[in-house]
Amino acid sequence: MPDAPLHLMGGRHRQTGRVTFPYPGDGPGAEFDPVALPTRGTVWSYTIQRFRPKTPPYAGPEAFEPWALAYVELPGAVIVEARLVGVDLDAIRIGMAVELTRVALDPAAQDPFWLPAFCPEAAQ
Amino acid sequence: MSAATNVCIIGIGIHPFGRTDGVSGLDQGAHAVRAALADAGVAWGDVQFAYGGSDAAGNPDTMVDRLGLTGMQFINVRNGCATGGSALFSAQMAIRSGEFELGLAVGFDKHPRGAFNALPAEYNLPEWYGAAGYMVTTQFFAAKIMRYMHLYGISRRTLGLVAQKAFANGVHAPHAWRREEVALDTILNAPMVSDPFTKYMFCSPGEGGVALVLASEKKARELGIRPIHLAAATMRTRPPASFEVFAPSIEIGGGVNTATRLAAAAAFEKAGIGPGEIDLAQLQDTEAGAEIMHMAENGFCADGDQEQWIAEGRTAIGGGLPVNTDGGCLACGEPIGASGLRQVYENAVQLRGLGGGRQVPGAPRTAYSHVYGAPGVSAVTILHT
Repeated sequence: MPDAPLHLMGGRHRQTGRVTFPYPGDGPGAEFDPVALPTRGTVWSYTIQRFRPKTPPYAGPEAFEPWALAYVELPGAVIVEARLVGVDLDAIRIGMAVELTRVALDPAAQDPFWLPAFCPEAAQ
Repeated sequence: MSAATNVCIIGIGIHPFGRTDGVSGLDQGAHAVRAALADAGVAWGDVQFAYGGSDAAGNPDTMVDRLGLTGMQFINVRNGCATGGSALFSAQMAIRSGEFELGLAVGFDKHPRGAFNALPAEYNLPEWYGAAGYMVTTQFFAAKIMRYMHLYGISRRTLGLVAQKAFANGVHAPHAWRREEVALDTILNAPMVSDPFTKYMFCSPGEGGVALVLASEKKARELGIRPIHLAAATMRTRPPASFEVFAPSIEIGGGVNTATRLAAAAAFEKAGIGPGEIDLAQLQDTEAGAEIMHMAENGFCADGDQEQWIAEGRTAIGGGLPVNTDGGCLACGEPIGASGLRQVYENAVQLRGLGGGRQVPGAPRTAYSHVYGAPGVSAVTILHT
């Protein structure tokens, strides 16, 4: 686990208040303010990625192990797409309580590329 | 609307879907054009204009090389999974406006094996989204049906029944790719691709070409052809708070409004008829779950009714609303540029009563088609005799 508390950065639309992820940035004509998203939520839906996605664009390791992908509802904010870790693939349920963590795209890498992930609250 | 501006389909042609080694996508499109012209009994020289669509098999207008340098107008359309539908929309507008009397909508494609290989930049997404392995369309369809099953009590067996029906219908469609029945147990117990879908529940990118000759009603009458009327052709993009392919986030409470609902509502309004008056439908079945969800999104049933409808065989050939009578994408594969036009081709075959072993009984008079795809686009047509 990293030292500093993790959070995801979303964007809040200045007129409508609609929250989106990821933060669209502050380029010309920017309409979103950056906003830190809640770190706890519930699984809205999920699937298991059972085959290695094509490279490019996938940058994960050659050796492929299935991983879980979830949409997690962060209350009052937005539903975000992220990996689901720390749970048996057969034990995932819609509505289960999860919290933010991170997962290395390639666990064997020296300086891994980190992806947002969620894990069951109890597992942390 | 005056008869002069009504648009009719007067000729249909198809190049078989699947894999045809040694024949380019463009040549499959040209093959379909020749077949459609022969079907209509008109010559290439009679064609005033064409809209042609292909996602990955080259510029459609270059087929004038093959068909004849008549100097005719030929506009290329590339609009993701709605490419075929967009070509058809554009072609019917060219006639409806009074600009032309006779023209073509043609679509073809030839994709490499395996899942579609989309890149994040093509969809206005950050590079990390692709690096993470999220540019995979199957994930979206799986996550969408997983939630839908949870909310509306759709069983995995029902997913299997949809695939079983697709392959059973494909047996009787000469243009289909998969033409053998697959047992329900085989479908349900096959290796999982993206839960809850096994490999038999997903369509594959493939090859094929379709062409439709369109004419004004006046022109059709002059030619002595008994036309099929194109009552509506619509194409829509996604509304706010929808859940679409390649979505890093969804609004809270989202996932209800879709591009499909918009395109369907616009088509029914345009045609002046309701879902209950449709005799058969071709609905986007990228996988078995899509057909189920699209039954409701297009207005044919309420969310959750599908479990019973499918158990009762209501979407089978002899049912109250036969769906995907040629086996849909599951049996035909999905060459993007041709896929939406294949649905219209199949509807025209059915309305002419020429479906053979897959013919919907009782002389159907109305037929509906619907495509859906990345990044949240949908196209609908309604035909009647």
